Amino acid sequence: MSTRSLRGRTAVVGLGETTYYKRGQSPDAEMKLALQAIVRACEDAGISPREIDGFASFSNDRNDPSQLAAALGCKELKFSNMQWGGGGGGGSAAIGNAAAAVATGIADCVVVFRALAQGQFGRFGQGATSSTISGNFAHTVPYGLMSPAQMFAMKVNRFMHDHGVKQEAFRAIALACYHHAQSNPRAVMYGRPLDEATYDASRWITEPFHLYDCCLENDGAAAMILVSAERARDFPHPPCYVLASVGGSHYRAGAPVHNVPDYATSTFKTVAPRLWQMAGLKPDDVDVLQSYENFTGGVLMSIVEHGFVTPEECNDFFQFDNLVAPDGDLPLNTSGGNLAECYMHGLGLNIEAVRQIRGTSTAQVPRAEVSMVISGPMVTPVSSSIFGAEATL
Amino acid sequence: MSKPYLNPGLPTPVATELDQPYWDGLRAGKLMLQRCRACQRFQWGPEWICHRCLSFDYDYVEVPASGRIYSHQRVWHPVHPALKTQGPYVIVLVELPQADNVRLVGNLLGDPQQPLVIGAEVEGVFEQHADAEPPFALLQWRLA
Ligand SMILES: [Zn+2]
Repeated sequence: MSTRSLRGRTAVVGLGETTYYKRGQSPDAEMKLALQAIVRACEDAGISPREIDGFASFSNDRNDPSQLAAALGCKELKFSNMQWGGGGGGGSAAIGNAAAAVATGIADCVVVFRALAQGQFGRFGQGATSSTISGNFAHTVPYGLMSPAQMFAMKVNRFMHDHGVKQEAFRAIALACYHHAQSNPRAVMYGRPLDEATYDASRWITEPFHLYDCCLENDGAAAMILVSAERARDFPHPPCYVLASVGGSHYRAGAPVHNVPDYATSTFKTVAPRLWQMAGLKPDDVDVLQSYENFTGGVLMSIVEHGFVTPEECNDFFQFDNLVAPDGDLPLNTSGGNLAECYMHGLGLNIEAVRQIRGTSTAQVPRAEVSMVISGPMVTPVSSSIFGAEATL
Repeated sequence: MSKPYLNPGLPTPVATELDQPYWDGLRAGKLMLQRCRACQRFQWGPEWICHRCLSFDYDYVEVPASGRIYSHQRVWHPVHPALKTQGPYVIVLVELPQADNVRLVGNLLGDPQQPLVIGAEVEGVFEQHADAEPPFALLQWRLA
């Protein structure tokens, strides 16, 4: 293994989450949520928040590490990091950035965090409300193309057309997420199961996305603490090692006005091979997967592009029984994910991946040792990561 | 003048230095797209530099407003107040074989519940918004 790798050099030793609220319903301000999640992650790790010396986040989180460090009384700040790009594409990359800082001695105890209070601030799923518009958006918004669902629907429609993927494949993803949420009391959709008939009868948002193909919008915060592998056994929970974390996008993925040459993609074609190479693993080795649902179509495409299944096998592979814990071939989004647990821009998915390694998920996969996360399909840059138990080192 | 495809009230496009000739062209009923003077290739949306040869020297050249549907979506849920009473509408991504297959976003005119076919040939319709402030035009599409 090349020394230019993150494999096994850092571990997650602390997890923290606030209560997850429906959008706009948090009683607490966004920065208070961030602080609560970080304090809980420190309690979980058995350390004082004063020991944190690095912060990493993504998607333009509004909570400045200098202010957080001051509020928490951190002794010293060594790493203050933001992964560029929106839409949750940085959810795994932020962990990779934190791991890189720890592995290279830039910092010793880094917290990855994300906080959202859309009542206090603006909402994602709404259109432009200004009276004029300029630049790239002037070439889409006047045609009624402005929401995240509308930005991605045409990628998914083209992919379905090219490969004969059916709507039922998306339905299976939604049903698996809701199924897992029913055993997770933290989930916003706990106690609200979904069945095929309800999915089929649900309204279109934009074709091919029904209501249940689209992520929630929530308030809350999540945090996880990384330290070096050398120290990882000194904490209360079994260490969860970072085996790989990569991010990026393919040629001209950011080309304006829907002109990226390879359009019908989740943006993982060039990213996924680097993930497998760094981890020294292949899709068959993965015990459980959390795959970011902005929209179910992106989940399907990202699973294809990570090599779990070919496009032509999708209609057979994406069946409910195949996607649920404990016995499915690829248990997917075992906390309920962004569709049914909470939309914390994907950091919640990473926390669930660590829980699977610890053996504490509410939809636990027996003997899960390789636990993977895919973050933010169809945006640019995207990212993905693999966690492993001690036995995988 | 026929009625615009979408309800009034969406944001009015305002040209920038980079795309002024495009918007001026639509007002005059012409499709003008950015082409590199050095390598003579089209790119869209407009950029300050040619991504192929890195020349900063670009021009705007008239292109026939005809193409084919590269992808599409039928939107049902309105996210802008102006569209609350719109009902479903169709967005198409049209590629232009006569301009290096650059793609434009527009609406597909006609029945919003018509079948949508990737690869279908379409031709442009210049939709004038002469009473807007400032006045502008959009490029819409209908099946050829
Ligand atoms: Zn050029």
